[in-house]
Amino acid sequence: MFRLTVGAGLLASALLAALPAMAQPSGSATLDAVKARGTLICGVAGAVPGFSLPDSQGIMRGIDADSCRNVAAAVLGDANKVKFAVTTTQNRFTALQSGEIDLLVRSTTWTLGREASLGLEFAGVNYYDGTGFLVKKALGVKSAKEMDGATICVQPGTSTELAISDYYRVNKMKFTPILIQDLAEIQAAFLAGRCDAYSTDSSALATFRATQTNKDDFLLLPEIISKEPLGYVVRKGDDKWFDIVRWSYFATVAAEEMDVSSKNVDEMLASTNPDIRRLLGVEGEMGKSLGLDAKWAYNIIKQVGNFGETWDRNITVLGVPRGINAVWTKGGLHYAPPIR
Amino acid sequence: MSSAAIDPRLANARAAPKRGLRLSWSDPMFRNIVWQVLIVGLVVAVVWYLVANTQHNLEVRRIATGLGFLSNTAGIPIAETLIPYDPAVNTWGRAVIEGILNTFKVAVVGIILSTILGTLIGIGRLSKNWLVAKVTSVYVETLRDIPVLLQLLFWYGLLQALPGPREFRGSTSWIFISNRGLKLPILVWEPAHWWALGACVLGLILTMAWNATANRRRDATGVKPPVWPAALLLMAGFPALVWASLGAPHEIDFPALKGFNFAGGGTITPEYFALLLGLTLYTAAYIAEIVRSGIQAVPKGQWEAAAAIGLHPGAVLKLIVLPQALRVIIPPMTSQFLNLTKNSSLAVAIGFQDVVSISGTMLNQTGQAIEGVGIIMAVFLAFSLSISLFMNWYNARIALVER
Amino acid sequence: MTPPASIAIAEAGPAPTRERPPASVYGPFAWVRANLFNGIFSTIVTLVLGVAIAWALYGFLKWGVANAIWSVPTTATGALDPTACRAAHGTGACWAAINDKWRFMLFGRFPYDQQWRAGICIALFIGLFYVSSDRRFWRKELAYIWAATLAVIFTLMWGGVFGLSYVPQDEWGGLPITLILATFGLALAFPLSVLVALGRRSTALPAVKTLCIVYVELIRGVPLIALLFMANVMFPLFMPVGLNPDKLLRAQVAIILFAAAYLAEVVRGGLQALPKGQAEAADALGLTYWQKTLKITLPQALRLVIPPLVNTFIGFFKDTSLVLTIGILDLLTASKTAMADPVWQGVSTEIYIVVAMVYVAFCYTMSSYSRSIERKLDRARNR
Repeated sequence: MFRLTVGAGLLASALLAALPAMAQPSGSATLDAVKARGTLICGVAGAVPGFSLPDSQGIMRGIDADSCRNVAAAVLGDANKVKFAVTTTQNRFTALQSGEIDLLVRSTTWTLGREASLGLEFAGVNYYDGTGFLVKKALGVKSAKEMDGATICVQPGTSTELAISDYYRVNKMKFTPILIQDLAEIQAAFLAGRCDAYSTDSSALATFRATQTNKDDFLLLPEIISKEPLGYVVRKGDDKWFDIVRWSYFATVAAEEMDVSSKNVDEMLASTNPDIRRLLGVEGEMGKSLGLDAKWAYNIIKQVGNFGETWDRNITVLGVPRGINAVWTKGGLHYAPPIR
Repeated sequence: MSSAAIDPRLANARAAPKRGLRLSWSDPMFRNIVWQVLIVGLVVAVVWYLVANTQHNLEVRRIATGLGFLSNTAGIPIAETLIPYDPAVNTWGRAVIEGILNTFKVAVVGIILSTILGTLIGIGRLSKNWLVAKVTSVYVETLRDIPVLLQLLFWYGLLQALPGPREFRGSTSWIFISNRGLKLPILVWEPAHWWALGACVLGLILTMAWNATANRRRDATGVKPPVWPAALLLMAGFPALVWASLGAPHEIDFPALKGFNFAGGGTITPEYFALLLGLTLYTAAYIAEIVRSGIQAVPKGQWEAAAAIGLHPGAVLKLIVLPQALRVIIPPMTSQFLNLTKNSSLAVAIGFQDVVSISGTMLNQTGQAIEGVGIIMAVFLAFSLSISLFMNWYNARIALVER
Repeated sequence: MTPPASIAIAEAGPAPTRERPPASVYGPFAWVRANLFNGIFSTIVTLVLGVAIAWALYGFLKWGVANAIWSVPTTATGALDPTACRAAHGTGACWAAINDKWRFMLFGRFPYDQQWRAGICIALFIGLFYVSSDRRFWRKELAYIWAATLAVIFTLMWGGVFGLSYVPQDEWGGLPITLILATFGLALAFPLSVLVALGRRSTALPAVKTLCIVYVELIRGVPLIALLFMANVMFPLFMPVGLNPDKLLRAQVAIILFAAAYLAEVVRGGLQALPKGQAEAADALGLTYWQKTLKITLPQALRLVIPPLVNTFIGFFKDTSLVLTIGILDLLTASKTAMADPVWQGVSTEIYIVVAMVYVAFCYTMSSYSRSIERKLDRARNR
């Protein structure tokens, strides 16, 4: 009897000692964590030119990387206080769910399923995209409809994979997929002619085409077979953080709408336009209501630039037209609600 | 777990029934029990802690758990499948089964090929020809020292450099080697072929039975009746008869360039071939070393003695050397087979959709991380256990030779 | 090419060549006849192989040396102009890409002007291996040397002290990552593996034995890639809220758990190979379990298993390349990332060759060392 008691007692005490502390995070746990740490941990792809790719010096460049910098500038006042965590299509959501990263900006498509069942929320869209097809001109194809029986290179685990499947089913055609996880590997497969078409977000196709020396040998087919709004993803349940991320994006769009850029932002501090004064924190308490410094938007614009500058620096240089990604005043979809 | 902590105690009690247990630290039995309870308790506590954390985390993040999603429609395309698959209709469960079959396809063929190649190279290393011995030893040294993943990527890159299908326009060949893979004419499979295959298996069983009878007769009379005519009759003649009686269907499907791709015929895709090639070449280097040391482990005296009693060289190898070498070879060979099977999971890097690749896609599309990893683990444990069991059984059979 | 080598090889064979009359053993012609053309079959094999090797060597030299592009000009804007490489594609190697990218391949995203620190770390690792390989250092002090060196390596990598700038862990990359994963995998897995091996051999603690067997068989039954996968996507769920070890640490934990299971089997092999008399004699002297284990059985067993231990280490060293699948920038991943640079489109074989050479250099050195130790041990045992 004694033996049993001793055993059970030891076991129980060991268990009690080891039971997890069930501490619930506060409403803005992410913000607290980022401030305490002094850096923002941002999940990016790390291998997509124009979106996120380290340059020869190892510094992450691209529109996704700059989107991360926006949030860092707003929260920490320094756009360089970002730690870029390279995520794969496979671990991006778990990395965010588990709190390993604070924010995910990795050409991730906003879908109902992802928002409803993965415990994630999309705070903004930094690129309105759609699935397209890139083919070699020598193939002699002018439309995706002529692609019956083709072999198509696509990354597994993406929304593209599902979109193509649907497209071919709807159009009663057949295709052979080549599914490779690694981006560089799948692009190499396409260039080598392993597949007839390379399919992913048309932005990525355009940047890919633009970086080829023989770019005129490639053709982007006119069909855009799905809607792919790519954006900022955060964990569900931290509304304050969600607001900060969302308005960091809106601030850049608002700045472009009002022609405030990194070059003129200091002069604009003296502007009489109340919208600009509120944006730059000269007037009102916009920053404080978000739980940030009054200079939050100023820091973004000064250090990273407005949406248009970010775009030009990363995407325009690759020769991709702005299209629907212009601000609404120029006929695009990027539209910032009033900052007041 | 906790019952495991109590069982051994009972076992100990049975082992020494006469002596009671003293509740003193100087009693080794008591000490052992305390230690075990402590260690097992600690492990249970850690596991408990992790499980509790996981449950809490899943709740907080509102992630649904359970295997129910396996019966949802998959929607993901799969490049090569052994059994028919339609993303619009079939479920995730079916997709995982396709992955398991693909893993199987690589593992089985890879094991056979690497055994053959490895044995040849292993024998080559013992060759009296200096060049052969040198070349095989360089092969073994180099291939063992390069990560298999690097080798797979390298081979896949090379296979992609083959000419594209358009360059075969106008070709009237039956076999095409392009960057779309190896295209071969294949037989159009009909029920008659299944019957013939069944007949062949039946013939094999009957041949083995006849062989056993022949061996018994040799033991009784000293003369072994010939086996090969019966084998030929049972394993070739009989199936052919079955096939012919069912109408002898022999339509052959030839590959031909049609549109973008080759249509018809059978395909070995570059992904599969690169994986198979990489795994085979890599594992063969290890098997060669095992075979070499196995043969070297047979004392020279055995060869000499066998030659002295007048056995011809083939018989020396078959009756004297191999049975002894095999006993040394089988255990490490088993672990190489297991390694090959496990390494086949690197398929994920070069786009062959094995069970790891499909489960990975699944966990990404559905968000079911724990279930996805659990499936991968379960599948490989099952593979490993079956290979181990089979090889243990075979090893036990071989060991009987020792007497 | 020297006769002794041939004898060494021939000795390995079941039919020794030594018994031939001495006159024909010496002299190059006799050697060639005996080792390359002794019989029709042998002659045919030699000729076929010889032609194949010569042809392959010719092709490789033509591609890799004669037609190769060693450097490319810089354009007015300061970027490299790869036109020459593009033109030579398929006929000549583009070593210029290596020339441009070798630092990224070796050090990944480590800050460019601080890469000398990562370079010193590589040198320290090599020095550590060298010291550990010398039997004169096989003493207790070796453990201190390891601890000190690893501490220095981490100081150099992380920085933040002694005027070194801080380098966050996610900027580490290349060969140091490969070495860290493999070396720490070994250093931390080793004590664990000894405990597991002892547990598995234990007769007095059946519950512990069962635990050890389950652990070893479970880990050995699944591929490393599945463990890395688990470390990558599931490990964060295991941890309490707010505690998030980074990706490198998680991969390191997976590698340690993986390595410990394999090492445990190696150590167990050594324990099994030890004559029973050793343990019985220790028992007879009245030594306690730990005295017996630490002073009698374990030191002898570990000496026996050094060659398989080194071989297992070579295995990990190569297996660390699997972190490619979870996106850690080790030597192979960094090199693949370098390949993604649009400037060097199509340069892959060259980069793979260089990476393979790095791996071969490390693994071959270690495996020849392992063989020399094995021979020494054999000699000691057979004396």
